[in-house]
Amino acid sequence: MSTKHLLVSAAAIVGLALNAPAAMAQKKYDQGASDTEIKIGNTMPYSGPASAYGTIGKAAAAYFKKVNDEGGINGRKINFISVDDGYSPPKTVEMARRLVEQDQVLLIWGPLGTPSNSAIQKYMNAKKVPQLFVYTGATKWNDPQHFPWTMGWQPNYQVEAQIYAKHILQTKPDAKIAVLYQNDDYGKDYLKGFEDGLGAKAATMIVKKASYETSDPTVDSQIVQLQASGANVFFNITTPKFAAMAIKKAYDIGWKPVQYLNNVSASIGSVLIPAGVEKSVGIISTEYLKDPLDPAWKDDKGMNEWRAFMAKYYPDGNLKDSGNVSGYGNAQTLVQVLKQCGDNLTHENVMKQAANLKNFELNVLLPGIKINTSPTDFAPIQAEQLARFDGKEWVRFGDIIGN
Amino acid sequence: MIEEYVLGAAPKTAPAAAHAAFSRRRLATVAALLAAACALPFLVSSYHTFQLTLVLVYAIALLGLNILTGYNGQISLGHGAFYAIGAYVAAILMDKFGVPYWLTVPVAGVVCLGAGFLFGLPALRLEGLYLALATFALGVSMPQILKVKDLEHWTGGVQGIVIIKPDPPFSLPVNQDQWLYFFTLAVMLLMFLLGWNLLRGRVGRSLIAIRDQPIAAEAMGVNNALYKSLAFGVSAMYTGVAGALGAIAVQFVAPDSFQIFLSITFLVGIVIGGLASIPGAIYGAIFIQFIPNIADQISKAAPWAIYGVFMIGFMYLMPTGVAGALRIAWARIKSRRRGSGNSGT
Amino acid sequence: MDAFLNQVFAGLATGGIYASVALALVMIYQATHHVNFAQGEIAMFSTYIAWTLIDAGMPYWPAFFLTVVIAFVLGVLIERIIVRPVEQAPVLSVVVVFIGLLIIFNSLAGWIYTYTIKVFPSPFPKEPVHFGDHFFSAHQIGAVGVTLVVLALLYAFFRYTPLGLAMRAAAQNPASAKLVGIRVGWMLALGWGLAAAIGAVAGMMVAPVVYLDPNMMSGILLYAFAAALVGGIDNPGGAVLGGFMVGVLENLLGAYVIGNELKLAFALVLIITVLVIRPSGLFGRVHVTRV
Repeated sequence: MSTKHLLVSAAAIVGLALNAPAAMAQKKYDQGASDTEIKIGNTMPYSGPASAYGTIGKAAAAYFKKVNDEGGINGRKINFISVDDGYSPPKTVEMARRLVEQDQVLLIWGPLGTPSNSAIQKYMNAKKVPQLFVYTGATKWNDPQHFPWTMGWQPNYQVEAQIYAKHILQTKPDAKIAVLYQNDDYGKDYLKGFEDGLGAKAATMIVKKASYETSDPTVDSQIVQLQASGANVFFNITTPKFAAMAIKKAYDIGWKPVQYLNNVSASIGSVLIPAGVEKSVGIISTEYLKDPLDPAWKDDKGMNEWRAFMAKYYPDGNLKDSGNVSGYGNAQTLVQVLKQCGDNLTHENVMKQAANLKNFELNVLLPGIKINTSPTDFAPIQAEQLARFDGKEWVRFGDIIGN
Repeated sequence: MIEEYVLGAAPKTAPAAAHAAFSRRRLATVAALLAAACALPFLVSSYHTFQLTLVLVYAIALLGLNILTGYNGQISLGHGAFYAIGAYVAAILMDKFGVPYWLTVPVAGVVCLGAGFLFGLPALRLEGLYLALATFALGVSMPQILKVKDLEHWTGGVQGIVIIKPDPPFSLPVNQDQWLYFFTLAVMLLMFLLGWNLLRGRVGRSLIAIRDQPIAAEAMGVNNALYKSLAFGVSAMYTGVAGALGAIAVQFVAPDSFQIFLSITFLVGIVIGGLASIPGAIYGAIFIQFIPNIADQISKAAPWAIYGVFMIGFMYLMPTGVAGALRIAWARIKSRRRGSGNSGT
Repeated sequence: MDAFLNQVFAGLATGGIYASVALALVMIYQATHHVNFAQGEIAMFSTYIAWTLIDAGMPYWPAFFLTVVIAFVLGVLIERIIVRPVEQAPVLSVVVVFIGLLIIFNSLAGWIYTYTIKVFPSPFPKEPVHFGDHFFSAHQIGAVGVTLVVLALLYAFFRYTPLGLAMRAAAQNPASAKLVGIRVGWMLALGWGLAAAIGAVAGMMVAPVVYLDPNMMSGILLYAFAAALVGGIDNPGGAVLGGFMVGVLENLLGAYVIGNELKLAFALVLIITVLVIRPSGLFGRVHVTRV
């Protein structure tokens, strides 16, 4: 054999050896994934009674565009298909079926609303398509044994309410508590967690519960009822518009209880400023995301990255709306999962990687809070910290709970 | 006056058209459409079959509302409530009592027949706008009623009820979606046949007489009170049957599924489809199921604005609905044909 | 007793909201014999226009009056361009057009202004007004005052001016009105314009209380509709009174009778019962139909 042949053969053998690992990691695709693209489906209430949350979907879409501009995920572009379900479960079912069966998405990310997600949970699990990082704090999304294809993202409501209950038991054991809650799954979930947290003392400590519907024009009547009960602690389970009304009315009628406000409405820009910051002093809530209007994060690197992102990719978005922070953070979590999938983009591997997030940090989470999942732990974010509003910012106190 | 609010120029030709119903051409058209309807599930995807099933469901609901509003002139802005009752009856029976799905449909119908009749009784005193308000109130308060704590054990409260999809019986070679489609189609045909029979006879004429000339009708011996309450009951029954079928198709019921917009959508459906028209129910069902999706394709930013534009556009072009427009077009074709035949005189 | 009075006052305050919107509904009914379901959304959209003006730096009262004028023009344009083509259509077709308008305005507002709530300023002082131990926010009293002023102007307009008479004639009997030389088409347009203007006033009085967002009016519309009918759809004073009654009733029912979870259904059952007993509303004119 000539020297040339020998050299060529040697080169070939070396080339094969170097390429071997790549050949062994074959590409595996389920529907929605290919060499060039990853299709992600999503349903959001862009219209209807919950339309204020639609901005989450828009923030996420903007983030995926940013990722695409920067090269995509492992060289693949994200094709984000987000459809409106008007917060109506039958529509969510129809849209989920369209996304899975017609658009052939790899997974559905972040559907919003407890009834909407309840409606499609069985279908998604039967079809074995991931229903990932759903936008609801209901407790039932952390059930890998029965629903291995469904996973939540945000800290769940019951855990949060229990934190408040414990705090009351520690600081004001003889309190008389009044509760205002939205008469739906979200409100009732918080209420249950709260009552569980108070344990045996719930019946004696809670002196008045008042509910409201999202179709009610105001909650003034309910606030008057709660004041009349003589309570000195107020647990405010309301969505942003009603939270602002409740805080304002309570102040205006001269009722000054210790107020616990649920995290959904703890936004300075969307709730406390409309209510009036002087009327919101002393309100206690929990945090896991950084509030965009909190002066503590004015020069924070992570939040500045978010602000730059908003300016470039979602200029119409409201910089005061925490929903835009949340959508950004959740989308980042999904991108991390997809990155971890590498070339194995099957439904199964997506769930496997989603259940394999270890100490993943987001630049918009509070320092110290990390995302962790495992095959038995489908709750990515579990930690929160109590904070008190001092008229300008949320002052965090105590330890991070639940890490 | 206020009574005129609901009385429109809805076609009075329903009974006359019914006499022509037995014409061979009509039967042939219906048979052809039926054959096409049966072939569809095998030609399109499961997802589209699901959507078509929803169209059939809405057609039944719209025929129900049409009986009340189109033929009898009683406006209802709250028929979503009867749809909800039918859906929950089916869900509770299947979930809590293990009743087979096909049995829940007639039970839902009977329950809603009663509910509609009971609602129709006090509504007798209300006309036009006031009836509109009363029915609107019913539609708005139904979700709240469904969430009531004392009923939570049955209704599942705000969490709703998840239903298991039925399997095709006797191991027929169709999948679940296709089977549901045929089941719904069969029920729809039955309900439409019943309705057609009802409306072309004395009952239909009485309903229309009450709509157009209530005092004369009473003077001629029509028992207005009985017929009006019955109209409510029958109309609710249809919508309740539709609700049960819809619940089985969607496999989920929750109070949020039945917001007031559903009732308003039903009203829009019958007007666009064509008042006092049986095929109008089908046209309307196609509109309310597919136009929102089309609007979404046209504009992601403000899809509902496009939907509103569609609605207004349809009303400009076809003020008497699609069925009315087709009727006018057909009459024009016929007269032209007759005209050209006589030109040789 | 204290709590009871608080509930009554809170009810009067909310009732003021219903009263002002009910007034707009009655206005359009008196002028056109149609109930315009899009009234609430047009009012909401007008309030957004006011918000845009104020946000751009215009002081409150100039923005207020400019918005009223813009709303008036908007109402006239809608009648001439959108409603006119279907004037001769069956009544329910016109209703569908109204529903279409409602959806369009709601969707446009959401698209242009997004769904996050906005604060709308109030022209009235911020300190609450005291009646003994009870508080009334100055805004709520001011809003009621504005509503009453509008009511008085409306009443005077319809009763004492030739134009008002012409409008009423055009609505009640268009054919005869044409015969005496009234330009019926323009009367209808004028009616729409006035209704839109009143709606804009209602929206600007309501928004400081319930915060401005595209779905602001949806909860109010049902109660305003009920108030208008309870008071008698052709009686502006009755509509205002109906608004207060509905507000107080809703609050008392929720606090003392049925609890908040069913007060909506209960309040409506009561209202319907009133209508069954007195079908023309409490203060409406009874219509006698001759055979």
